[in-house]
Amino acid sequence: MDKATAEKLRQKAKRIRTGIIEALGLGKPGHLGGSMSAADMVAVLYYYKMNVDPKNPKKPDRDRFIMSKGHSVLGQYAALADLGYYPWEELSRTKTLGGLLQGHPEISTPGIEANTGSLGQGLSLGVGMCLAARRDGAAWRVFVVTGDAELGEGQIWEAATAAANYKLDNLRVLVDANGISAMGRVADRYNVGDADGIAAKFAAFGWNAKVVDGHDVEEIGDALDAADRVKGKPSAIVGRTVKGKGVSFAENTHAYHNKDMSEETRAKALAEING
Amino acid sequence: MSKSSQRNAYGEELLAICRENNDVVVLDADLCGGTQAIQVEKGKPESFYEMGIGEQNMISVAAGLALAGKIPVANSFAVFVGGRSFEQIRQSVCLPELNVKVVGASCGLSDFADGATHQAFEDVAIMRVLPHMTIFSPADAREARKAIRTAVGRRGPCYIRINRNELPDVTAPDTPLEIGKPSLMADGGDVAICASGHMVALSLAARDILAGQGVRARVLNFATIKPLDPAAVRAALGPCPRILTVEEHSVIGGLGAAVLEALADHPLPLRRHGIRDTYGESAEKYERILAKHGLTAERIAEEALAK
Repeated sequence: MDKATAEKLRQKAKRIRTGIIEALGLGKPGHLGGSMSAADMVAVLYYYKMNVDPKNPKKPDRDRFIMSKGHSVLGQYAALADLGYYPWEELSRTKTLGGLLQGHPEISTPGIEANTGSLGQGLSLGVGMCLAARRDGAAWRVFVVTGDAELGEGQIWEAATAAANYKLDNLRVLVDANGISAMGRVADRYNVGDADGIAAKFAAFGWNAKVVDGHDVEEIGDALDAADRVKGKPSAIVGRTVKGKGVSFAENTHAYHNKDMSEETRAKALAEING
Repeated sequence: MSKSSQRNAYGEELLAICRENNDVVVLDADLCGGTQAIQVEKGKPESFYEMGIGEQNMISVAAGLALAGKIPVANSFAVFVGGRSFEQIRQSVCLPELNVKVVGASCGLSDFADGATHQAFEDVAIMRVLPHMTIFSPADAREARKAIRTAVGRRGPCYIRINRNELPDVTAPDTPLEIGKPSLMADGGDVAICASGHMVALSLAARDILAGQGVRARVLNFATIKPLDPAAVRAALGPCPRILTVEEHSVIGGLGAAVLEALADHPLPLRRHGIRDTYGESAEKYERILAKHGLTAERIAEEALAK
């Protein structure tokens, strides 16, 4: 990845984080922590890696993105708004009655490819899409973002088995390994493994697996490029991330997993993101 | 009366559909011999996906296939695919109203030998509560063919109950299968027996017993249990002043409950006959375990007259 591209992606990640704060609004709970930790991966996917066209959201050869950790959809909402799938102003109406942007993603929203929110189902949805693409002889790929604590769901490993069995080299999973679930530190409460352990699990299931700095757009992009060259197996890119990344008071804590913002915290967050 | 294997007929028809339409794909969770999806694996292997012993993944994979334009038919035993994958059916399939067909094989008591773990009396109840779901419960082999064909042709989530055994051939080639409407199997004005699945055959036999007692029973076949058109149900009852529902399913939440709900605004005396809030057990013959639960022509005739 060249320097100019990397710089553009860093700016887009700031835009996404700004959009997350817009979507959170004031006085309503929202998932800041997991949306911020995944923001750089979302930026690399939408502005570097994926073949998508906001003017033609359903074009048949588009790559598909599935936010399996559906509560972290705010960053995806921001990217879709920035790309023009719907107006940026829509973000402030997130989670309002009659609004376009639901608390968890639904396919009625332009650019959203799958309903998620019940954790552990997104990777299976991706397997189904990849089987369909192969059946059609199509070259499009599927990118699934999961959490680390989400890997406690057994269905993830059913899907991992299926993806390896069918040698789905058109499937990528990006694990947002921020180490913190809704209730606290993963390592302390219910240890699904750190980034290296998670990568080892995927490797043991027959996947190509790589650990990256999940906030380094160049490392993420390079790993995604490398995955394109892997044939006969799916790829897992495990991003070591910081929950709440970019907003100091929300970093490395579960306190902002799902919390409302005040005028003060909102202003501080926006200043830090764009400072 | 001649008998035919309902599941074999289902598998044959599914293969025929796959041969006609390359977008129809079939998934199974290591039970394709039991479900008869094996006929697709053998006859058109490129349309068959073995998903291993993982029903939850199978349903969400089916949803992914549907999102990419395919018409997946996901098969397993009713007790597993309805129960273990309920939440996947809710979240991945019904909420986004995807074009996924779920087939629950070995429904009711039809896996008589394997015992309680393999006998499904709850599947209709839990599928019925899901918005967007259409539920088929075909009466015999011929109607199973119509059911899978109708389901594949109908856009949206569908659930089909399939029996494991040879069943009397009670429907004719021109017996209609209209979603939401029962079909008239035999006329009568004294009592209306509303049945689905194999219970249609037993209810027709019960009608003969009742005829010997001077009672004219009308028999209605509910090949679909959801949706139900209340007006069509009322019309199908004809002049009958009383109703008996018969199902190879719990009386809680199944056909009886669906008919009761459909008639709630115009109530008639109605008795529900089916499995009484209990689990099954192993038996050496299908007929023996059906009899234990009162699912015989003689008992249905008694129930039709009971006050």
